[in-house]
Amino acid sequence: MRQTDVVIIGGGPAGLAAAVRLWEKGIRDILILEREHFLGGILRQCIHDGFGLTRFGETLSGPEYAQRFIDEVLEKQIPYITDTTVIQISEDKVVTASSCDGLLEVQAKTVILTMGCRERTRGAISIPGQRPAGVYTAGVAQSYINLQNKMVGKEVVILGSGDIGMIMARRMTLEGAHVQAVFEVQPYASGLPRNIEQCLHDYGIPLYLSHTVTEIKGTGRLEAVVVSQVDDHMQPIPGTEKEYACDTLILSVGLIPENELSLGAGVVLDERSKGAVVDENHQTSVPGIFAAGNVLQVHDLVDFVSMEAESLADSACRYLQEGSLPECPLAVVTDGNVTHTIPQKISGTEDFRLSLRVRKPVKKCTIRLSQNGQVVLEKKMPKAIPAEMIQIPVKAEKLSQTGDLEVSVLW
Amino acid sequence: MVRAMTCIMCPMGCDLTVKTGADAGAEKILVTGNTCPKGKEYAVQEMTDPQRNIATSVLVKGGELPLVSVRLDHMIPKNRIFDVMAEIRKQSLEAPVFAGQVVIENVLGLGANVIVTKHVRKA
Repeated sequence: MRQTDVVIIGGGPAGLAAAVRLWEKGIRDILILEREHFLGGILRQCIHDGFGLTRFGETLSGPEYAQRFIDEVLEKQIPYITDTTVIQISEDKVVTASSCDGLLEVQAKTVILTMGCRERTRGAISIPGQRPAGVYTAGVAQSYINLQNKMVGKEVVILGSGDIGMIMARRMTLEGAHVQAVFEVQPYASGLPRNIEQCLHDYGIPLYLSHTVTEIKGTGRLEAVVVSQVDDHMQPIPGTEKEYACDTLILSVGLIPENELSLGAGVVLDERSKGAVVDENHQTSVPGIFAAGNVLQVHDLVDFVSMEAESLADSACRYLQEGSLPECPLAVVTDGNVTHTIPQKISGTEDFRLSLRVRKPVKKCTIRLSQNGQVVLEKKMPKAIPAEMIQIPVKAEKLSQTGDLEVSVLW
Repeated sequence: MVRAMTCIMCPMGCDLTVKTGADAGAEKILVTGNTCPKGKEYAVQEMTDPQRNIATSVLVKGGELPLVSVRLDHMIPKNRIFDVMAEIRKQSLEAPVFAGQVVIENVLGLGANVIVTKHVRKA
């Protein structure tokens, strides 16, 4: 069986950034496995600009951002195989993949999980009604329009105010479609404020909060959707139904980390993030298996995906050199105002970067980290919204080596 | 006049308040709520001559993909977006094409080039 130091599952922004950083740290025996024909992952279809402001200090389109890392991989001659789907990872880190040359089996010393995420579908949110053509997730519509030169429709309604949905509202408008409205079931938008401004306001597309699609009509092709207002418990309010004639419904209703392979390897997942439980080294519950990027937690910015993967690579390198990483016995626990954190476990002896999201929008709040009743750190924020991941660097010198780290949001 | 807007210069999306006329006092345009100088620049630009970038695609003949993504290398006036889209739609390229390649120089005399953002090799 082929042996390698590192197998990286997925050649998107996280996998590529991890590969480049590992190579820079002297690790040469790397193999990237990518299921598509090209490297770059989802960025290949994200042709809008706004990527790279944090990582590169300039604004790039998705394909350009990806190419920066692809160029590094090519220049450093880091081995990769495309058109290859990993079908199993075992607990002892044997990776099995289906490739053009048949079945591939690799015994890895470390496995890096960078498979990204997938979209929630109509089925996931159980919209009642008929089942006509013309109902797409935002990412699928984006692939049709930006990669395959196929326009998805003319009269469009969008359900969900995720960033990709809003970006597709603008994209379809530029391509001549009429986007009637974006409906969001929550009382606040789930995407970034800048996208509400530049993708919806700029093109006169209204955003209706606390509204959802309650029926889909059409036999062959979609003919109309029924939209209802929802109450405080997100239940449709009878009598508020309004019908919108349309041929296309775009769903931008959330992303789920793609962790089937991780589960097969015995990796423990976190109910809240839907990704792996990791320590400050991005190591999962299985020693030598690491995770970063959207497979670990859904990010709003690719810059942070790359940076998370680079930090992972530093730890994976240390694991390869030292054979193991320090124990992380302290849990990171949260109050009800925080949806999840990464990491979920820490050592108390090393610096780390804490990522978290708030459950609902709040103004003028304080994020407090405490241990054994003592405040470790406080970050004051003029506003915090669920759409925006909050990142806080934590210094080891502030931490105690006993006691869970409690994260709370106060206002 | 007082106008609220969201800054689009970075993902932070600061809530800006822009005062003009009598509300601005001594300043012509008074901006608050920004956390960096870009926010002020954006608000002033937005009040005087709003500018945007756009991204779209151009057809490619004989390539491994039927399309290549393009964008503008500078922003253009917001009210010219659809004119520029119409110009870009007239274009087509022969594979191979490479990121950075200029598709239209100084599109409609607006001072921005339309540039390719992806490599598309021959099929």
